[in-house]
Amino acid sequence: MLIRGVALLAACYITGQLIGETLGRLLQINANVGGVGFAMLLLILSQNWLEQRGRFHLEMQEGVVFWSKMYLPVIVAMSATQNAKLALSSGLVALLAGIVPVVVCLATMPLISKLNPKSE
Amino acid sequence: MDYITTVLVKNGLIVAFLVTGLLMIAAEYLSKILTNKKIPGSAIAIFSGLVLAYFAGLATGGSKGIADIKVLSGFELMGGAMFRDFTIVSTAMGVSFGIIKKTGLAGVVSLLVGVVLSFFAGAVIAIAMGYQDAASITTIGAGACTFVVGPVTGTAVGAGSDVVAISIAAGVVKSILVTIGTPLMARFIGLNTPQAAMIYGGLMGTTSGVAAGLAATDPKLVPYGAMTATFYTGLGCLLCPSALFLLVRMFY
Repeated sequence: MLIRGVALLAACYITGQLIGETLGRLLQINANVGGVGFAMLLLILSQNWLEQRGRFHLEMQEGVVFWSKMYLPVIVAMSATQNAKLALSSGLVALLAGIVPVVVCLATMPLISKLNPKSE
Repeated sequence: MDYITTVLVKNGLIVAFLVTGLLMIAAEYLSKILTNKKIPGSAIAIFSGLVLAYFAGLATGGSKGIADIKVLSGFELMGGAMFRDFTIVSTAMGVSFGIIKKTGLAGVVSLLVGVVLSFFAGAVIAIAMGYQDAASITTIGAGACTFVVGPVTGTAVGAGSDVVAISIAAGVVKSILVTIGTPLMARFIGLNTPQAAMIYGGLMGTTSGVAAGLAATDPKLVPYGAMTATFYTGLGCLLCPSALFLLVRMFY
């Protein structure tokens, strides 16, 4: 049963990646457009679909939950493989072009948050 | 002694699991005794990862952080895009579809604002630092989006390789800044609801930075932020070499 959960996750992942790559090709850009986002939507929808039919077992969920708990270690490993030297050593243009946009975008966050319908 | 190295290299991914585990145990311990758990262990672990990557880069001269050290080469797989995206997708389990639908509009707006504003902020800096040609200005502006948008745009508009390198560096600076800065700024920008995380992901766009930053802030927010951030690089690759490049070329 565990492997069914992992397989469901894998199916959503691969399908999402394919959608993202296909979308990128259709738009004629050399990039994956929202592959992870599509995969996440697929996982949410298929989980709902299976639950409604009573075919979503606890053990199946565990196959997915394991990976979501591995998320943090993977991010730690990812940060340990960043090109941190390049970021610190490539001069003022790169530093400023990395820092200033973040600050500018942060400043707009309260404005965009107002677009949200007030939660109850 | 050579055979020990061989065993470690041959089992690279497992070695990476072990080393990451030890790193996180140490980070958890430091969090408890040094900061009284005020700074979460996950934040310390991610930050020490970056520090290790920096020194590994100095020592090896490579570009892949500690993965350039032979016995730690398994980190390239564990910290690579495949595992990162697979685990991010798995966090969607249990996400509320209602919240995503409700925040949809604000999420799309945040994506557009995030890409366009980052681009212009980067472009203005490029101009201020003396760049005169449209291709270089556009590429550095694109690098201010993410470190994927920069080189993709640079190739498309025909920028020089030195400028492409700067655009990658700008994107890496951004992703590291977001990683470190998110938990520090979260309180001041109201980053404590799934809705806010979706907007934040759209504004910042660097999937690795947003995912790591939110993980250190509140792991429950990760799927929401990652959901919008994943569309950002694609949108940037779409807009920067086309509409935004044409706009820059009208003036330069």
